[in-house]
Amino acid sequence: MMVKDLVDKFGLAVTAGESGLDREVSSGYCGDLLSEVMGNAPAGCAWMTVQGHQNIVAVAVLREMAAIIITGGQTPDDETIKKADQEGIPILLWSNSSFTLAGRLFSAGIGKPATESSSKR
Amino acid sequence: MLKKFRADLHIHSCLSPCSDWDMSPKKIVERSLEQRLDLIAICDHNTAENVAATLREGARQGIAVLPGMEVCSKEEVHLVTLFKKIEAALKMQEYVYAHLPGENQPDVFGHQVVADEHDQVLCENPRLLIGATRLSLVDIVKKVHHLDGICISSHVDRPSFSLVGQLGFIPEDLNLDAVEVSYRVSIDKALTEIAGIKDYPCVTASDAHFLEDIGKVWTEFILTAPTLDEIRLALTGIKGRRIAN
Repeated sequence: MMVKDLVDKFGLAVTAGESGLDREVSSGYCGDLLSEVMGNAPAGCAWMTVQGHQNIVAVAVLREMAAIIITGGQTPDDETIKKADQEGIPILLWSNSSFTLAGRLFSAGIGKPATESSSKR
Repeated sequence: MLKKFRADLHIHSCLSPCSDWDMSPKKIVERSLEQRLDLIAICDHNTAENVAATLREGARQGIAVLPGMEVCSKEEVHLVTLFKKIEAALKMQEYVYAHLPGENQPDVFGHQVVADEHDQVLCENPRLLIGATRLSLVDIVKKVHHLDGICISSHVDRPSFSLVGQLGFIPEDLNLDAVEVSYRVSIDKALTEIAGIKDYPCVTASDAHFLEDIGKVWTEFILTAPTLDEIRLALTGIKGRRIAN
């Protein structure tokens, strides 16, 4: 699934980094403590956070993420939008909690182990 | 003439909900003198309402006190802010209060006691002082500098409520005056172990919430007088003023 598919499927608002909408999303990650996310988020993930500080873009680049999704009705700082546009990292907005979106993403097969997502009952 | 000043620039009074009842302006000053400190700063969470009483008591007993406040940004990063005069600290307080949502629940977070220098309780502060403001780090640093104060990033060695813990690293555009490390690590060790802080002046302070913790660690400054202007010179190492730890 590409970032733009997420946008369409879940009604996310694109607020920055449009040039990266064709990035492939292979998993998801939730976290607001950037020191922790920097160490643990998987490459290719869609990262859900309430932080809107510009450092989120650097963390996304460092971890080679597919996209940042700012949740809980929070918004990115102006500087963050600028940086995301420069780096081509899409920033999407979700007005509800990270939990509610993560559940939807997981149900749609994002981040499920191959055996689990391919076994149809 | 330049001489040594022993400073603990991060002390919470009984106004911080997480702080001990005994942390009154009077007792803080007494304990600081016992600990042979020359200079202290009162930095309660998002408030400066116990600063004036501590300034009066400090003047009476003979210890320099700087007005301060530990502000919590919307990123949930704690910043120690220090000012020359009480008026500037109160202006900062006005700005912080205008962007601080919520009410305190004393049973959950603790009592927030405003006291005078005679150990009399004046009132309890009803705001959610333990909470985060809606102000960004950049907003806070800008406002503090506008009020001619200084901004020190609190306990950068800690995982919680620190700039490095919350945001992973120190943002390059943040115009901090210094970083602070807790008693858990020496300044020398912190400078080699914590990525990105070696470009900043580094101080240490007790972050005391209990009387016995005051002066647990301190920063030794070489100054001509225990004032904020002198500390500012010391942080940048100008005219012989410096940090001597």
